[in-house]
Amino acid sequence: MSAFSAIGEQREAEEDEFTPGIEPQPTWCPGCGDFAVNNALKKAMANLGKNPDEVLLCTGIGCSGKLNSYFESYGFHTIHGRSLPVARAAKLANPGVEVVAAGGDGDGYGIGGNHFMHTARENHDMTYIVFNNEIFGLTKGQTSPTSPKGHKSKTQPSGSAKDPVRPLSLSLASGASYVARTAAVNPNQAAEIIAEAVEHDGFAHVDFLTQCPTWNKDARQYVPYTDVQDSDDYDFDVTDRQEAGEMMYEVESKLYEGEVLTGRFYKDDRPSYGQEKRSTGEMPEEPLAERYYDDDAEWERCAEQLIDKHT
Amino acid sequence: MTDQELIWRIAGGSGDGIDSNSRYFAKALMRSGLDVFTHRHYPSRIRGGHTYVEVRATPDGAASRGDGYNFLLALGDSFARNPSEDAYYGNEELKPLSENLDDLREGGIIVYDSGLIDDEQVEEIDLHERAEENDWHVYPVDLRGIAKEHGREIMRNNAGIGVTAALLDMDTSEYEGIMEEMWGDDILEANLAVIQDGFEQAQEFDQSHDLEMPDHDEPEEEQALVSGSDAIAYGALDAGCRFIAGYPMTPWTDVFTIMSQNLPQFGGISEQVEDEIAAAALALGASHAGVKSMSGSSGGGFALMSEPLGLAEMSETPVVLVEAMRAGPSTGMPTKPEQADLEHVLYTSQGDSSRVVLAPGDQEECYEQIRTAFELAYDYQIPALLIYDQKLQGELRNVDASFFDREPDGDAGSVVTEEQIAEAAEHHAGKFKRFQYDADEGKEGVSPRSVPGQKGGRFLATGNEHNEAGHISEDPTNRVLQMDRRLGKLESIREELDEKGNQTHHGPEEAEYGIMCWGSHQGTVFEAVDRLNDAGHSVKAIGVSDMMPYPEAEVSEFLESVDECLVVEMNATAQFRGLTQKELGRFGPKLSSLLKYNGNPFEPAEIVEGFESSINGEELAVNNMKYVPAAGD
Repeated sequence: MSAFSAIGEQREAEEDEFTPGIEPQPTWCPGCGDFAVNNALKKAMANLGKNPDEVLLCTGIGCSGKLNSYFESYGFHTIHGRSLPVARAAKLANPGVEVVAAGGDGDGYGIGGNHFMHTARENHDMTYIVFNNEIFGLTKGQTSPTSPKGHKSKTQPSGSAKDPVRPLSLSLASGASYVARTAAVNPNQAAEIIAEAVEHDGFAHVDFLTQCPTWNKDARQYVPYTDVQDSDDYDFDVTDRQEAGEMMYEVESKLYEGEVLTGRFYKDDRPSYGQEKRSTGEMPEEPLAERYYDDDAEWERCAEQLIDKHT
Repeated sequence: MTDQELIWRIAGGSGDGIDSNSRYFAKALMRSGLDVFTHRHYPSRIRGGHTYVEVRATPDGAASRGDGYNFLLALGDSFARNPSEDAYYGNEELKPLSENLDDLREGGIIVYDSGLIDDEQVEEIDLHERAEENDWHVYPVDLRGIAKEHGREIMRNNAGIGVTAALLDMDTSEYEGIMEEMWGDDILEANLAVIQDGFEQAQEFDQSHDLEMPDHDEPEEEQALVSGSDAIAYGALDAGCRFIAGYPMTPWTDVFTIMSQNLPQFGGISEQVEDEIAAAALALGASHAGVKSMSGSSGGGFALMSEPLGLAEMSETPVVLVEAMRAGPSTGMPTKPEQADLEHVLYTSQGDSSRVVLAPGDQEECYEQIRTAFELAYDYQIPALLIYDQKLQGELRNVDASFFDREPDGDAGSVVTEEQIAEAAEHHAGKFKRFQYDADEGKEGVSPRSVPGQKGGRFLATGNEHNEAGHISEDPTNRVLQMDRRLGKLESIREELDEKGNQTHHGPEEAEYGIMCWGSHQGTVFEAVDRLNDAGHSVKAIGVSDMMPYPEAEVSEFLESVDECLVVEMNATAQFRGLTQKELGRFGPKLSSLLKYNGNPFEPAEIVEGFESSINGEELAVNNMKYVPAAGD
């Protein structure tokens, strides 16, 4: 019997189960887009019948990192930019756990960019939600990796001379197997996309546009938005890498021209990292964590297996 | 050490097979019943560059490199850069013969490959005049020619082994047996022919030397030839570690490689990742999910682990990290040993340190202390670090094979079961009290730990200060309770460590003088202590392994019992002496330092000399060490 009885249980779940009794009320500013991420995540997990005890949410640092305080589950509020390496190892250690990582655009596309690239490349079976508000909010309004060129802030007083990161294109080039963008103003689409991302067997990246009403007042509220799957103006195949890439480029460019395009941009069914690693014999078939909590587990001994070659 | 010792140095270029040949040779000597110890010297370079390994073999215990060497097998560097008088690197082809030749003892043997090093080059270094002055016995042999005749040029090392055996009157059968285990068919045949040809040619020489194979008997017990890295990796595996994440960096790569090669058959997982920040973070993630896990690096890579290390302290995520030191600062000297990362490992990361740091002194201690590190990390939910260096990493020594006959430890430490979670103290608004102030788990400060997937056990792990359920809290009362609980664990750990007795004592119980050391040169210090006592001095030594928490009582007792103490370490700023003064605060006037930081480990004779100079108030005769007198607290 598994020592982890919360895992994989068939059940009906309510959104409320994912609201912590200890901090039901988030401290985000009124009008903040982060509320929408929290709500969408709760809704997605409830719709999928998840148990809060089988979910591990790993966050970085910033307003987005507070998600852990307002979403009930196992949590690991890590350090700035490092949610992905913590999260993906937890998944390898116990593939039964539903692993979600989340952080801001500075966290994921700036300081943690290297981890983003490699976690996507390796295609770990997990979901990564990036709260993209084009600003550093919690540190009070500095220019971020997704701030538009020319963005003025206390640290870029004459306006940013840098072109912003193209998060969707970066994700695709890195190897993510599910790439989508949603926006705080579109709660139904957001919940659906997050549920799809969670169900996807591979690295699912959701760039979540979250307006910052306090430090990015000039930025649009991400309305009106267009769902590219619902629009007749856009026709591309999400499983075609080239078409997806072209679409992403357009979506990223248009954001800075004031047009908000959302939806699913890429989906690939290549094997997840866990599957690949198991197929090379470098990952056990049974969840690694289980053996530590099984009194009958057999443990290999160096004396029997390794010392002979030294004698 | 008696006269009965062979210190055989094989020298060539990187890529000439120095490492593997010396390992086979050491193993052959071990199987013959001798105790062996190897010392490696190599450049940070894939092909070429002067590299050598010394194999020291004695009938009665070898726990250190020796003083110099008495047999040189100089292959010449087959990957040498073009010799040019102006180049600062000089004639690389010749270096295996010319470099450190002054360290060859009187009466010593030189065998060089005349197929690579010609007479003109030998004249350049006045070899024959110097040989006459020092009573060296020089035997040029065309090793390359022998190798090419029976096989390939790379086999010239084995021609050198054949010559060595003939000159030392050594039976080649043990070595040939190892070849048979390594190779099959044609390659084996060619290698055996090369060995025999070398042996037969050397038998024809007019042998004028006295050196021979030390006395040996069948070993009483089966021996295993292991490096510090082998011992660390095996200790980790037997401790139940089944997850490692890392990034290559010399000398840490050794442990990472051994683990990666063996974890699949042990049912575990190894991950090579994008950088060391990720490596440490992965180790935390796997541990958080309930698996015993580790990571590690060397100086620069370990610097990147500072922040995850602090996260482990704050979130009480158990993890074991290894720091394999090399000479710094910065990139420093990547393949040379030093002990200058002690303060880095003790204090890196923001906030007050709460971690365990152990520094093993030899192969057995590597195995035992990494197991202790896992035990403490998982019982106390604290990061435990093992610090060692490039010296202990690669040097081989024979250990009783039965030493490794231990039970593995699959216990996950202070993790509770779902039944215990259900019965646990009241939950905090639905959340398990993972960071309970006053849990009585039998260990001071340790709170019950759950892992994801356990029903009812959900909590928040965070690098922020937090309340009992893990939620962020800046409440002053909670802050102090949590800080005191976390730091309080170190006191219980100190008691457990005191019981384990990781410190190693050597020499007479009562002595006038003391020598203190930590880490890898413990065996060298102990050999020097024996010689000093034989020479009429009254000296005892302690090799300290517990760096944090520091063994206050044991070291205080040692220092109280001696008049003066010399602290021997491989760094320039006396870091361990500083730690001792900080921890004990009252022995400053007794503590002087002998330091070495030129990239080469101490020889026993250097410690003897350093000690004698220090008690006689004389200047050191050599400039490769530094003496720093006592300065008070």
